[in-house]
Amino acid sequence: MIDKRVKSLADAVQGIKDGSTILVGGFGTSGRPNQLLAAILEIGTREITIVANNATIGTDIIGDLMRARRIRKVVCSFPRGLYGKTIFDELYANGEVELELVPQGTLAERIRAGAAGIGGFFTRTAAGTELAKGKETRLINGKEYVFEHPITGDVALIKARQGDRWGNLVYHRGARVNNPVMAGAAKLTIAQVGEIVDLGVLDPEHIVTPGVYVDRLVEVKI
Amino acid sequence: MKKLSRQDMARVAALEIAEGSCVNLGIGVPTLIADYVPADREILLQSEQGLLGLGPKAEPGQEDEDIVNAGKHHVTLVNGASVFSHSDSFAMIRGGHIDIACLGAFQVAANGDMANWSTGVSDQLPAVGGAMDLAAGAANVWVLMEHCQKDGSPRILERCSYPLTAAGCVDRIYTDLAMIDMIPEGLIVRRMVEGLTFAELQKHTGAKLIIDPSCSIYG
Repeated sequence: MIDKRVKSLADAVQGIKDGSTILVGGFGTSGRPNQLLAAILEIGTREITIVANNATIGTDIIGDLMRARRIRKVVCSFPRGLYGKTIFDELYANGEVELELVPQGTLAERIRAGAAGIGGFFTRTAAGTELAKGKETRLINGKEYVFEHPITGDVALIKARQGDRWGNLVYHRGARVNNPVMAGAAKLTIAQVGEIVDLGVLDPEHIVTPGVYVDRLVEVKI
Repeated sequence: MKKLSRQDMARVAALEIAEGSCVNLGIGVPTLIADYVPADREILLQSEQGLLGLGPKAEPGQEDEDIVNAGKHHVTLVNGASVFSHSDSFAMIRGGHIDIACLGAFQVAANGDMANWSTGVSDQLPAVGGAMDLAAGAANVWVLMEHCQKDGSPRILERCSYPLTAAGCVDRIYTDLAMIDMIPEGLIVRRMVEGLTFAELQKHTGAKLIIDPSCSIYG
C-alpha cells in the first residue's frame, strides 16, 4: 500500500540535514507552509539556503529562522518586508546572510526547469540589466536573451488545501502559486495539507499535483 | 496648477484601458487602478501569484488570505476568474499574453529605459519582484509615477542613473502633471494639468519633450 501520510510535523521534517537547500512555497504568507517551517526551527536545522518568492514580510516564521541565525542564504525575488525594515535588512547590511536576487518569473521558470529536468533556458527578462551580469547571452530573432540555470533543492516544503495518501494535491486560489512546481524540484517533498481525504475523493480531472511528486504528507488543520 | 493625486492618476489610467484588455497592475499607484475600472467594462486583471480576473478590494469580513494583489492587499475574484500556478502565470507574462503592464518607477528615460527595482545603494536590499518579467514580456508598459522625486529632481531623464529594470520597454507615462507617450520621435505630451505651461513642464523634466498639437487638459 502506498501511504505517504505521517502523523506529526516532527515526523514530516525528520532527517533534514544542516546545509540543506530548502524550497519553500508561497507568495508572501499566502500558500506558505508555516507549520513545516516552525518544525524546522524546532529541530534546529542550520546553514539553510531558502529558495522562496519572498523572504520575511516582517513578523513571521522566516523572520524567526533569521533571528535564530539558521539561514545562510536566500534565493528570492522580493526580499523586502511589507511594513518597513525587517531582520533581513539588518543581517544583509551586516553581511550575515547572502542574497541571490532573481526576477520572479525567472525564479518560477528556473524551479520549473529543475522539476522538469531541463538544463536551463534563455529569457528576455533581465537582458541588459545588472541581474544579467556574468551570464551567457544570445541573440534570438534579433533580441537579446539571458541564459538561466535550473534550480533544484534537497527539500521542498509545500502547502495544499487537500491531499490523499498517494500524495495527490489540490490548492486554494492564489495559494497554489509555486507549490505545485516546487513539488517536483526537490529530492524530498513534504506537503502540509489542510485536510487528508480518502483516495478517490479528489476528481482526477482536478488534481493539480500528481502524487508522484510528493514524499510525505502531514495534516495541519488551519 | 492642480497636481493629480495618486488616486486621480489611477482613475485616469483606468478609463483608458480598452475593453477586453489583459492587464497586470504593479505595486503602488498601479494597484489602485482596480478600484476605478468602469463597472460596464470587462477587463481581465492578472496577478503574478497566478490569478486572472481580479476584482475590487475585498469588503471587511470578506477577505481571503489567498486572493491578494501585487501589494498583498486583499482583493476579490470576478465571475469567470481562473487560478493557475506561478509558472503558468509567468508564461502568460513572458509569452506576451499581457496587453498592458502598469508599473511604478523611480526613473524613465527618453529611450524608453525604466528603473524601478534598485537605487544602487549596496547595503540596502534590492527588490525586483516580477518587474523585469513584466517590463520585458508585456505588449505595452505604462508607468505611473510622480513627475519629480521628493527633492524636486526629475524622474524623466535622458538616461536613467539607477540600475535598469529593462531597456526600451516603456510605452506611456502617467505622472501627477502630465500624460506622455513614447513615440519614435521621443516623448510627446498628450495632456497636461490645468494651469501648467509646456515650458514649466519641460523645466521639471530631465529629457526633451515634444508637445502634441492637440494636447488637452489632464485630470
